[in-house]
Amino acid sequence: MYVAVKGGERAILNSYALVDQARRGDPSVPELSLDQIRQQLRLSVDRVMCEGSIYDPELAALAIKQAAGDLVEAIFLLRAYRATLPRLGYSLPLDTADMQLFRRVSATFKDLPGGQVLGPTYDYTQRLLDFSLAASGAVAEIDASDAAPEVGPVPRVVDLLNHEGLIETHEPGAGDPDPRDLTREPIAYPADRATWMQNLARGDEGFLLAMGYSTQRGYANSHPFAGEIRYGMAELVIEPEELGFAVSIGDIEVTECQMVNQFGGSKSQPPQFTRGYGLAFGASERKAMAMALVDRALRADELGEAVEAPAQMQEFVLSHSDNLEASGFVQHLKLPHYVDFQSELELVRRMRTSGAPAADASEPAGEAA
Amino acid sequence: MKIDDFSPAVARDGNFNFAYLDERTKRMIRRAILKAVAVPGYQVPFGSREMPLPYGWGTGGIQVTASIIGPEDVLKVIDQGADDTVNAVNIRRFFQRTTGVEVTTHTTAATIIQTRHRIPETPLAAGQILVYQVPMPEPLQKLEPREAETRSLHGLAEYGLMHVKLYEDIVRFGHVATTYDYPVMVDGRYLMAPSPIPKFDNPKMSMNAALQLFGAGREKRIYAVPPWTRVESLAFEDHPFEIQRWSEPCALCGDTASFLDEVITDDVGGRMFVCSDTDHCLAHRPAHD
Amino acid sequence: MNAPVDLSRLSPGFPNAALDSQTVFRACLGAMSEPGRVTSLDSALLESTPAGLSGAAVAILLALLDQDTTLWLGEGLREGDAGAYFRFHTGCAIAPSLAQAGFALLSGRDESAALSDFMQGSEAFPDRSATLVVQCCGLANVGDAGEGNCWRLTGPGIRDYRLLKASGVRGDFPQQWSDNRKGFPCGVDVFFASGLSLAGLPRTTRLEG
Repeated sequence: MYVAVKGGERAILNSYALVDQARRGDPSVPELSLDQIRQQLRLSVDRVMCEGSIYDPELAALAIKQAAGDLVEAIFLLRAYRATLPRLGYSLPLDTADMQLFRRVSATFKDLPGGQVLGPTYDYTQRLLDFSLAASGAVAEIDASDAAPEVGPVPRVVDLLNHEGLIETHEPGAGDPDPRDLTREPIAYPADRATWMQNLARGDEGFLLAMGYSTQRGYANSHPFAGEIRYGMAELVIEPEELGFAVSIGDIEVTECQMVNQFGGSKSQPPQFTRGYGLAFGASERKAMAMALVDRALRADELGEAVEAPAQMQEFVLSHSDNLEASGFVQHLKLPHYVDFQSELELVRRMRTSGAPAADASEPAGEAA
Repeated sequence: MKIDDFSPAVARDGNFNFAYLDERTKRMIRRAILKAVAVPGYQVPFGSREMPLPYGWGTGGIQVTASIIGPEDVLKVIDQGADDTVNAVNIRRFFQRTTGVEVTTHTTAATIIQTRHRIPETPLAAGQILVYQVPMPEPLQKLEPREAETRSLHGLAEYGLMHVKLYEDIVRFGHVATTYDYPVMVDGRYLMAPSPIPKFDNPKMSMNAALQLFGAGREKRIYAVPPWTRVESLAFEDHPFEIQRWSEPCALCGDTASFLDEVITDDVGGRMFVCSDTDHCLAHRPAHD
Repeated sequence: MNAPVDLSRLSPGFPNAALDSQTVFRACLGAMSEPGRVTSLDSALLESTPAGLSGAAVAILLALLDQDTTLWLGEGLREGDAGAYFRFHTGCAIAPSLAQAGFALLSGRDESAALSDFMQGSEAFPDRSATLVVQCCGLANVGDAGEGNCWRLTGPGIRDYRLLKASGVRGDFPQQWSDNRKGFPCGVDVFFASGLSLAGLPRTTRLEG
């Protein structure tokens, strides 16, 4: 006699125990501390904060630990945590010209005020596995004090170009509305730039990377130059209504990328350079650069360019950039679909017995959902 | 089947607000629900939150339930018609933990029923609320993926695309080749995706005594069918809408009119058919079972 | 409206903001789902209300308003405590004009504005329309259709038909409502409130006066 499978509760509780055990691994190996994750896996922490949309290295480290290093899962944990936090206020725009810089490079000028500052980059490390790191034990203290000169506020490259009027400017006009808050109200199409920037800032790094890459391979008419990439500390300022003046509430690490793109001009605009913009928490250069490429591609409509490539299609990019949405929906396919499948089974059997032509594989009669 | 058989009591966890969501989020969702009821079948955009369950796993239904539920409610959660599937158990646990409300498997005892993919076989009563988990709220999405376009088509009630699609099915297969998520017209105005319930359940949506609410968390939409509202499955005069039928009764309760799941019993083609609605099936089994 | 308000003079809100809001919301949901059905709220929800406001109207707005919403007060309601009361208890903003209000509280006899003056939503976004809370002096589901504001209601949420008698509502309401229906899916939605009783009138409801 058939007996339906029961014990869902027990199965779930068992899975909790098993995942705890798997996360911890061999108990004879010392447990990771949040400090270790923050200090030694800082780029993971940065990515999780960025796509998790909350600047809190401690919580990000906890999420990474809990997720056993699965960064998308860690991002999910942070997002779920932040979703119901009270919204205390909105900061003023970050002034990235005033940043304390750890790194600043420009691909467009050999030298410029403030100079080129490589900072802590993997760019020229000759990616050879460093077997000295495999040896556990005390590591000699690394003195990099000479390698890291203090770099104070340095003008942005785009501002320098602007002196000649060769690059577009984006001065907010009078009555410029506050940006919508994407986490409070859903996106409506067509979305404005401030809205899509929020979407891209939270977007999956891998997705943005692929989209940005596609614009370099002919899927969008784009000729980008990395005008400037800067990474450092920016001051976060709020201006509470009841105070009437601005207060600094701390510094956050950010990476900013300004892509400079050639633009032939249009009826209303002279030939000039246009910009694509990327900003990410922490040292997230790949993300910021990819974001800047996609931002520029999404401006096709505004700049009178033909919208032909995926990266230029606003709905395509913005509705598929979020890795929580994508991961959840792809993985929901493992949930039971007995009922839909039964309906399809019944249909296919009926079609075969009635001699009707079978649907070809490219024409799904419906789709699992 | 007593609920304790597969779902032992879960204590209310005081670390979370009642029903998890903060009060401001609930209000936002409540306002969206009221507008959804006022414009039946229209998808109201709402500021869907990240929930502690993945998108695509019922976050829309969970947010709707969390916004309407109160301490006096009695909750039933089903997935594929069954109370004991893992996802249903998990969502029920979530609400037990965050609200402490009474839970049940009995369709008639519940004030709120959250469902994925089925409408219970037992007719619903006035005052009950059926909350659907919806993955894809836009019925036109497979035909026109751009939301800016589909929104304008709904505004104009321009549903020719869907009629053409169904008609092409008929030309090609001799009948409409859609078996679930079969599109419906609500009160003669809005084309609506009934969430992927089998078309077998479509007729139950029409003139139902209960309020039907639909939550799509990932797509950030809420829609509704008020009680006693006409819901018609699209059809053509010479090709009327039909529902699935089985040639045999449920192997457990003998019902001939309920939706059946196929269960494979061996590796040589043996199979049996049993009710997908477990509460309905248990109520109809011979007394000694 | 910017004059300093003596907060100690304001009536209290819900004793238990979270659970009471849920209770009242469910009453609102029931009212919109079953148009015209008169339901009554528990008197324990509100100890007192600002002068001139019915308990049901206050409860509906306390349950639905917050910092993300705007409220318009109709004639005769602007001068009293109502504005300060709702701003204090919900954080809502008072709308600068009725055309920008997400919610409005009106007296049933207020003839200074028509239903069509309020936000109607658009064909693409019919949900972006105003919700009106109209105070009247009596609500009942009995009476003779066509006599003295007794209306026969049909539409979604109503199995056959329902009678609703709303006393103290301007005489041309049925005509205005008929115009409201013609704009479907755009249009306003209404809650009637009298004492602790309320009834809903979503834009789908047909009303014969």
